[in-house]
Amino acid sequence: MEIAAKLAILADAAKYDASCASSGAKGRRAGPGGIGSTEGTGICHSYTPDGRCVSLLKILLTNVCVYDCAYCINRRSSDVRRARFTVDEVVSLTLDFYRRNYIEGLFLSSGIIRDPDYTMEQLAAVARTLRRDHGFAGYIHLKAIPGASPELLDEAGRWADRLSLNVELPTQENLDRLAPEKKLVQITGAMGRMRERIHEAKEDAAAKPGRALPAFAPAGQSTQMIVGATDAPDATLLATASELYAGPELRRVYYSAFSPIPHAAGHLPARPAPLVREHRLYQADWLMRFYGFAAGELTTPERPNLDLSLDPKLSWALGNRGRFPVDVNRASKEELLRVPGLGTRNVKRILAARRWHRIRTDDLARLKVPLRRALPFLVTADHTPTLLDAAGLRERAAPSRAQTDLFDLATAAHGEL
Amino acid sequence: MRRVVFPPTFGGWRAAARPLLEAGIPPADLLFEAASDEQPALHGLGDGAVPAAPPGEAARAAFRVPRRFFELAEAAACHADGERWGLLYRVLWRLTHGEPHLLEVAVDPEVHRLLRMEKAVRREVHKMHAFVRFRAVAADDGEHYVAWFEPAHPVVERAAPFFAERFASMRWSILTPLGCAHWDGASLAITPALPRAAAPGADELEPLWRTYYASTFNPARVRTNAMRAEMPMRYWRNLPEAAQIGELVRGAPARVRRMVENAGLPPELARPPRRSAD
Repeated sequence: MEIAAKLAILADAAKYDASCASSGAKGRRAGPGGIGSTEGTGICHSYTPDGRCVSLLKILLTNVCVYDCAYCINRRSSDVRRARFTVDEVVSLTLDFYRRNYIEGLFLSSGIIRDPDYTMEQLAAVARTLRRDHGFAGYIHLKAIPGASPELLDEAGRWADRLSLNVELPTQENLDRLAPEKKLVQITGAMGRMRERIHEAKEDAAAKPGRALPAFAPAGQSTQMIVGATDAPDATLLATASELYAGPELRRVYYSAFSPIPHAAGHLPARPAPLVREHRLYQADWLMRFYGFAAGELTTPERPNLDLSLDPKLSWALGNRGRFPVDVNRASKEELLRVPGLGTRNVKRILAARRWHRIRTDDLARLKVPLRRALPFLVTADHTPTLLDAAGLRERAAPSRAQTDLFDLATAAHGEL
Repeated sequence: MRRVVFPPTFGGWRAAARPLLEAGIPPADLLFEAASDEQPALHGLGDGAVPAAPPGEAARAAFRVPRRFFELAEAAACHADGERWGLLYRVLWRLTHGEPHLLEVAVDPEVHRLLRMEKAVRREVHKMHAFVRFRAVAADDGEHYVAWFEPAHPVVERAAPFFAERFASMRWSILTPLGCAHWDGASLAITPALPRAAAPGADELEPLWRTYYASTFNPARVRTNAMRAEMPMRYWRNLPEAAQIGELVRGAPARVRRMVENAGLPPELARPPRRSAD
């Protein structure tokens, strides 16, 4: 099969993995004769019409797979066309694309061929060849194969910037139904082991003179959960995400709205999950990581799903009106971070500016704070909210229908709330 | 009103502004005009002579400018807005005349404008790092990688070190209508603008890159607004992959319909791809 035909099949097969990050590994520089560098913040080299960025060459080594996960286009029982790259083909493609500035590096995953060890060894061989034989200093994200031996995961971590293991579904009961070969304990066990290796490598790097990059997955680990392939509510997804941030210390959890795939299995839900649900989960995830919210604050036992029509911070504020209004000129950082419409960057600016200047409403407008959402909850030098107890507050603070489509503009994976 | 003419770089502005500040000339008395390429720079002082007064109170204060001002000024100097030089002098004047903390007041209209310029320049540099596409040209002494790019702000010199570091072992040139950058494997050179015709028109890898771009696109979630927010259309003509965007978007509904039919689902359950505003 020609290389272009393989590329078409194996890129198509890899695109349901939402991860695209190339950030997190600061300051690697190629040695003499090598090529590449990594920045603290990754670079998105292009965007496809689905709004997702193209940062890495995201492909599978092969889409042949011995597993039969119902949600996956590459499952054993699917009649999709199969292809397989050789190690050298992936290496050449990566270097050729990189030299032309198309990509930040490689994100390589694979179907499970023969057994987990064999598959992991193939992935590690690509990374090893790039790093050792070609002096490649660009970004490498490898999929860690559940069930692969610790020695092979260790080797993968030596060459890769990031390792990821997808939990795909938030509970073992969900996996039993759709991905019977996948075991949650096996996945989180491997994540835990990799966390230890990441810690050791960080300590080793810190002890060395200069600022060496840790020798094991310096950009950490990530995972992905599919949204809407089972009936698991947002509360369950967020609780699982929260455990993954706290326990194995994942850098990122990606959420992927279940969408129609070619050659789908029969026992999947008939309806695709709305993209806005995925977007609300990303917002909630952001609130947990940067705004001091706990998973349990964002939903209630009565309403275990996020409100699709409101962003989760506004939704929380409407349910906790007793904590408002807060005074923009006096409130703590933690209090300001919980005000609808105030993002982390503007909170920082407000805290700096108010030492010298009383913040007024037009100052907030200049910072592009969405006043409609923020003002009902904020006291400024020239504004006191009056509608906190009003029944119509939800309608007044919620974005108009035209603005609801703003989520089209804010790429779900980044942006501020 | 005094005209101040100087080379349009941060260094040029700084050399011009410093003696004016030391001489205590207020912003309202000055008109900053960057010298164009045709107009030789007058090295600082313009047509009005600055009194050679000994440095006084203002001059000593001038040396206590926060480091952050220089960061901001170096970035703003790479903005296309012709008013940036006068704005920089006004902010510098205020910093040295009773408002040493001015830069912390991000809501101040002048500081805010400077911050927005910095942001626009940072973004343009970032987009240049992202969207430059090299094309390989065979030369007697190996391959030379050449790109054509059209920045909205004069950021070529600011953006170039990134390429020198990343592609240190290659020989490359980035040609733009606002100046060019070249790397010969050892040192960086900045040269005057060249026309597009000086850059190569194709590269043999581009068909593969287009194949990858088309294959990694998911037709079940068309969101062209999100794409255009991050990759505005003005960049498209220099991106080899962008030529197929229209075709991919037009073909998406039929592809999704086929997936659903293959899965045996009633078609009304398929999510129609989102329609964009354009």
